Amino acid sequence: MTPDTTLHLTDYLFYFFALLAVFSGGVVVFSRNIVHSAFALMFTLFAVAGLYVLLNADFLAVTQILVYVGGILVLILFGVMLTNKIVDVQIKAGSIHVLPASIITAVIAGTLCGVFTLTDWFVVPGADASAVKTTAPHIGEALITNYVLPFEVASVVLLVAMLGAAMIARRERKK
Amino acid sequence: MIPLNFYLILSAFMFCVGVLGVLVRRNAIVVFMCIELMLNSVNLSLIAFSSYLGDPTGQMLVFFVMTVAAAEAAVGLAIIIALFRNKQTVNIDEINILKW
Repeated sequence: MTPDTTLHLTDYLFYFFALLAVFSGGVVVFSRNIVHSAFALMFTLFAVAGLYVLLNADFLAVTQILVYVGGILVLILFGVMLTNKIVDVQIKAGSIHVLPASIITAVIAGTLCGVFTLTDWFVVPGADASAVKTTAPHIGEALITNYVLPFEVASVVLLVAMLGAAMIARRERKK
Repeated sequence: MIPLNFYLILSAFMFCVGVLGVLVRRNAIVVFMCIELMLNSVNLSLIAFSSYLGDPTGQMLVFFVMTVAAAEAAVGLAIIIALFRNKQTVNIDEINILKW
């Protein structure tokens, strides 16, 4: 079996989404304007959702868009608007200790890339394309059989987090 | 077909961009967005492994990571808003009330 070296549409899509994710991730980090950062994060999240689709994780791609873009990003935008005085034009968003941070990041990047490229990962041949057509039935089945306890704990975690967030963010009651 | 390594390297790059943002930026909300970036990159590598092993069970982990990320977003932003109300700033180098 000779390896297929021609580029298919899915390969182009991978490179497109990968570039989009990394580029808009860079905008999130380096943009001076926080609102620009938040909108760049939206593009990153969409690109990651597209990569999930390429990896046959259709259900998680939809969940990603619903939870991250629909929920977390809106929360972050609320946070931006609540913590920046609108009249205050100059949004201070500078950088601190750039040099040590770059060194730490370079070390982490080198370690991760080394581990990822040097390890001989076990891959089931042909698993990518044909093994699973859709993952929603598998996930649903696993959630009510093997993972029923983590599932219930997750619901409690969400409830407690919601109550805690409301408690913390609420204005103190005047005596 | 894209090899597994490409997804892993992409995930490593995204993670490092997130790490850099957390270390460098002063605004707590941007730090927060960078943490979401790091969580997303880890999710991506988990899904890549799950897909290349042909085993959808790995996606359960991503499901629970998303749950915890949602909880973290809610609580974290509440803390930032409470902090802003008390200190009138979200710059992390000006928030040092735990130092003595």
